[in-house]
Amino acid sequence: MSTLDMRAACKPADYKSDVKPIWCPGCGDYHVLMSFTRAFAELGLPPEEIVVVSGIGCSSRIPAYTNCYGFHGVHGRSLALAAGLKVARPDLTIVVASGDGDGYSIGGNHFLHACRRNIDMTYIVMDNRVYGMTKGQPSPTTEPSFDSALSPGGTGLSPFHPLVIALASGANFIARCFSGQPNETATVIAEAIRHPGFSFVEILSPCVTFRPDEKDWKDIVHAAPVPATNDPAKAARRIMTDDGFNLGILYRGDRKPYQPTAKANIDLAELEREFEL
Amino acid sequence: MQDTQGISVAVLGSGGAGALTVGNLLLEAACEVGWQGLLTRTVGPQIRGGEAAALLRLTSGRVECMPDRFDLLIGIDWLNAHRFGAEIEVGPHSLVISDPRGGELPPIVAESSARIVKIPMKDLAKAIPDGRPNMIALGIAGRLLGFGLERLLALIEKRLSGKGDDAVRSSQAGIRAGFEAVASLELGRPLGSVEPPTTKRWLISGNDATALGALRGGIRFAAGYPITPATEILESLAPSLAKVGGALLQAEDELAAVNMIIGASFGGTPSLTATSGPGLSLMVEALGLATAAEIPLVVVDVMRGGPSTGIPTKSEQSDLNIAIYGLHGDAPHLVVAPQSVADCLFTTQWATYLAEALQVPAIVLSDQFVGQTQAVIERPADVAFIGQRAKATDIAGAYKRYALAANGVSPMALPGTPGAQYTADGLTHTERGTPTSTAADHLAQLDKRRDKLDRFNYGDHWATIEGSGDIAVVTWGSLTGAVREAIGRATQDGIATTLIAPRLLYPVRPEQFAAALEGKKRALVVEQSHGAQFHRYLRAHYDLPGEVRVLNRPGPLPIRPEEIHRALLEWRK
Repeated sequence: MSTLDMRAACKPADYKSDVKPIWCPGCGDYHVLMSFTRAFAELGLPPEEIVVVSGIGCSSRIPAYTNCYGFHGVHGRSLALAAGLKVARPDLTIVVASGDGDGYSIGGNHFLHACRRNIDMTYIVMDNRVYGMTKGQPSPTTEPSFDSALSPGGTGLSPFHPLVIALASGANFIARCFSGQPNETATVIAEAIRHPGFSFVEILSPCVTFRPDEKDWKDIVHAAPVPATNDPAKAARRIMTDDGFNLGILYRGDRKPYQPTAKANIDLAELEREFEL
Repeated sequence: MQDTQGISVAVLGSGGAGALTVGNLLLEAACEVGWQGLLTRTVGPQIRGGEAAALLRLTSGRVECMPDRFDLLIGIDWLNAHRFGAEIEVGPHSLVISDPRGGELPPIVAESSARIVKIPMKDLAKAIPDGRPNMIALGIAGRLLGFGLERLLALIEKRLSGKGDDAVRSSQAGIRAGFEAVASLELGRPLGSVEPPTTKRWLISGNDATALGALRGGIRFAAGYPITPATEILESLAPSLAKVGGALLQAEDELAAVNMIIGASFGGTPSLTATSGPGLSLMVEALGLATAAEIPLVVVDVMRGGPSTGIPTKSEQSDLNIAIYGLHGDAPHLVVAPQSVADCLFTTQWATYLAEALQVPAIVLSDQFVGQTQAVIERPADVAFIGQRAKATDIAGAYKRYALAANGVSPMALPGTPGAQYTADGLTHTERGTPTSTAADHLAQLDKRRDKLDRFNYGDHWATIEGSGDIAVVTWGSLTGAVREAIGRATQDGIATTLIAPRLLYPVRPEQFAAALEGKKRALVVEQSHGAQFHRYLRAHYDLPGEVRVLNRPGPLPIRPEEIHRALLEWRK
């Protein structure tokens, strides 16, 4: 099927694989998968031209559930892997999927540098404020009072604020979504993919197994009252002061994406001359 | 007959004194008249104000190791010389030039039987406006090595062409003063004669040769994090890759660097990173991923003294264990080691070819000695080892990325190929790439990844095997040159000896190794590792002859040809 035919015919189902997810029943990530496939269909991209890259954790299982190319790598390093891929293959559309442990804890340093580097890719973090795959330990976004076997009586630590960090580090597009609103989320993901440079989408995606309290998120979330700004100072104030459940595109920057211009203009024999006596 | 010993010069001073510049200029002058040579540097950790020495060896033929001792040692000053006096050995035939105001001679020099001549280099320099003692040293060394004054003056003019006439004038005056100061002096051993060069020669460091070998092999993407003594590879690749249509990313750390090259290689671009021990330690998890997901890549480890931060500026062969055994799980991959500055080019190119052919990571174990040594070499021949990956392009039916092919290598579909979408995975997977935890799937893929390496024909490049006789000297990497030189001397003494130096360290080649050892009664193992890692590796994988001796020592003291020769002589008794 040619690209043109594809654009005419894409349906979300074209982007779904036949691999059965390992997620628990009721997991928010099912909806995120639905949003992925809807966004891809909306963009009309041929599935073979999309690569979904991930690390380790429940959310990082998502590449194999799509019908795109995928890379399920080591814990925390998906952004680095994606950076190399995009620089080597600027023709591909790169979507990186992560979770709050993979992306903010073990992968925290790469998050800063991916924002700063501003390579054209979309980074989607499914935040459920808990380590699900290892059965319920606190993550960087977990509330200080979260009681668990690893954090008896709570962590006592302030949660990490991913959107603020993304903005301060230079992300070019910042949005927050809720998995329970798959259509809205799909629209934001499609918009993030269209936006040049490094786009960051935080998706609140409840873990019904280890954080049953997160089932209430559906009643707490609300659409952002004002449209996205391109002023980082305004965006910072808004992100710093909102309640954490403010949904929508919150910042759209206009920094130029980083892409080395790779053009061969000499051959190796010429390079070797440098060493001739 | 060739003068295999040649002549050796060490110029020493505190950091910033300009000792390394003198070494560079002497090598350049020597090349012009036809000498081949090596220039290595030994420096401390300080960026400025530490200690530095240029160690230069000139011979009429190929030279791949430092000498037993130096014929000429010039101490511009001795302020920090005690820190590495042991690395610069002098003997009864040596001439030491010392400045009476340059501080106290290090005991190892003062107590040697070398002839010590005092020349006031500082005072001579002071008498010249903007004069520098290192130019006096250049004049001294130049004359003692038999280079004409005009050649030295022309050389400095060329070197300082951008710095103005005053700089050239003061440096030339310094060279003249040094030249005059040693009018009546001669070296203890005369410098032989040399024919003018008839072929195009190169002056190149091992790190630059590594970068060039990578490019020749087809590397078009690199990522890296600065680390001594590997940074020059990245600094050489950054501009070169841009010129040949590739790219380099400076990563935020080594974890990112290795994952970046995995990503680029997954996209189809042959990729490389360069690092040293601490960086390799950070990379091993991702090397396991590349092994499991069958992603070709090249990791160059320019070894330095370890463990931990160790001695960043000095050589050691102590990363053999981590390179071979560092990955968790059963993770067969390639480990190769260059044997000289020139061989850095070939071995890196070959590693790129092998990695691509076998869809596996290759670790290249270079070291600080070959990496940071400048050598005059014949232009390395063009060889046919260009990375060629088996790719799946025409997809009929369900694509199986990890299909159990007879040779273990399954064609790889690159993103963009319609109908072949799959997810590369570090999880144990089926032939299709889908995660699985069954015993049968696990075994099938472990077998596949082992067999593809074992069944491959690596050809004669797997090892350097030279000479005959019932004694074998078994060594690896940058020590090969010193062993070759020692064997040359032993042969003259009538001790027939075979050199065996595997270039391919992993996977092991038991049949070829047994063939190389056929008829040997004794083996001497030579390596620069405190824990005798290479000897233990040989014991684990190969059958050694009845009598085995091990000559091992950690860095930074090099293992000299004389010590190896002596060990062989002892066997004759």
